[in-house]
Amino acid sequence: MQIISSVFIKTPHFQVKKQDIPQDESNLKSANMTEVVYVTDENDNYTTANSIGWDAKKAALDESMALINERIEEAKQNVAKNIVSPIIYFMELNKMDIPVLAAYVGMWQWTVKRHAKPKIFKKLSDSTLKKYADTFGISVDQLKNFDGTL
Amino acid sequence: MKINFEHHQTAHCENGVASNLLLNRGLKLSEPMIFGIGSGLFFVFLPFLKVNFAPGFSYRPMPGAIFSKAAKRLGIKIKRQKFSNPREAQVALEKNLEQDIPTGLQVGVFNLTYFPEEYKFHFNAHNLVVYGKEDGKFLISDPVMDFATTLTEAELEKVRYAKGALAPKGHMYFPTHIPENVNLEEAIKKGIKDTCKNMLAPVPIIGVKAIRWVAKNIPKWAEKKGTKVTNHYLGQLIRMQEEIGTGGGGFRFIYGAFLQEAAVILKNDELKELSKEITAIGDLWRDFAVDIARVYKNRNSKSNIYNELSKSMLHIADLEEAFYKKLRKAI
Repeated sequence: MQIISSVFIKTPHFQVKKQDIPQDESNLKSANMTEVVYVTDENDNYTTANSIGWDAKKAALDESMALINERIEEAKQNVAKNIVSPIIYFMELNKMDIPVLAAYVGMWQWTVKRHAKPKIFKKLSDSTLKKYADTFGISVDQLKNFDGTL
Repeated sequence: MKINFEHHQTAHCENGVASNLLLNRGLKLSEPMIFGIGSGLFFVFLPFLKVNFAPGFSYRPMPGAIFSKAAKRLGIKIKRQKFSNPREAQVALEKNLEQDIPTGLQVGVFNLTYFPEEYKFHFNAHNLVVYGKEDGKFLISDPVMDFATTLTEAELEKVRYAKGALAPKGHMYFPTHIPENVNLEEAIKKGIKDTCKNMLAPVPIIGVKAIRWVAKNIPKWAEKKGTKVTNHYLGQLIRMQEEIGTGGGGFRFIYGAFLQEAAVILKNDELKELSKEITAIGDLWRDFAVDIARVYKNRNSKSNIYNELSKSMLHIADLEEAFYKKLRKAI
């Protein structure tokens, strides 16, 4: 296979052969899942095989989860310091951003951004708070009383 | 009620639903066939659209495009419906089930209870089939799952009415007409031509040119945004390329399987050779993912690593360009 030559960084070359598809334990296990990959057999004919995961993409997924957890932790501290309202913490906890949250609560993005300010949050009516609480799957009290110190 | 419906696990949800729904109506087409005829192979770079705090990369076209294109090219008619009222959406679905029609649904994955935690994020263009209702629960055939599963009424409503980008709005679909004689040869040729046209498009955000644009951006990100952000962007790239649904190598392996099948149907040996070529390119995409993953592990890796990754990606772009040019001629 001459086309796989030159510039490539020295890695053991990856081949989609049925006998050497990656079987690295991954997050799929928690849901009892495997995934289908397309591979070639010894005669170069395509077939499918099930894989339990691959370290390379687990690394990417782990990095993404670490980033999410970092954002949650930062939001929590910002609530404790009274920089943002609890809405931001629960938004991060639910892997949302402002546009997604705005769509769920049925408000404009700038309205949600206003509600993210602690001063304005404290004046919100229970019916507005309920929209957020329902979206996050918590009670209005849990939303109101979250102070970032849990 | 339970419709006689075979659950087959596939790599990708959209091809899988299409393939399973058509099989139920007596038309047997493999997942790669649907993917190839529907011109599923793609690359797009949307630098200003932020997805998961990274630019938008995708190795596939807009959700729904594969099945729509494949159906059109095969002469199949699909009925698609959306509902503003969730109650109506459920009634319409149940009515279909009573008439023995397994029904495809577009859903959001964040609230799919049977998915692993790490895969629950706000992506709203997943597809599954509902093929019955027993004890108040809907019977679900999700093509990326090993086994058929169930969702309660409330759970199903939640995923059908997920909000945000590409909100499904209760979107359901099912084939209403399948021609007696499908002209497979013509459909395959149309699918291949369209893929070549897209991948060789003279626009910077699509196809081979977009791959080059991303490649050239890698060292620039490292310089301007720093290692952490660059690594996150590259991680997003791997996920789009290798996650569940791609069959590996950014869908290049599924395409290889398609070309192999197409070679037999069109009696064209050249396609068999091209199948091997795209397989080798898919292998290079996987090597590329391995190299990115290695950057995570050795944080103090050598400073020119981003230049090397960029070079590898440019190399892949060159090989892909040559590949689509040959493929276009082979048809």
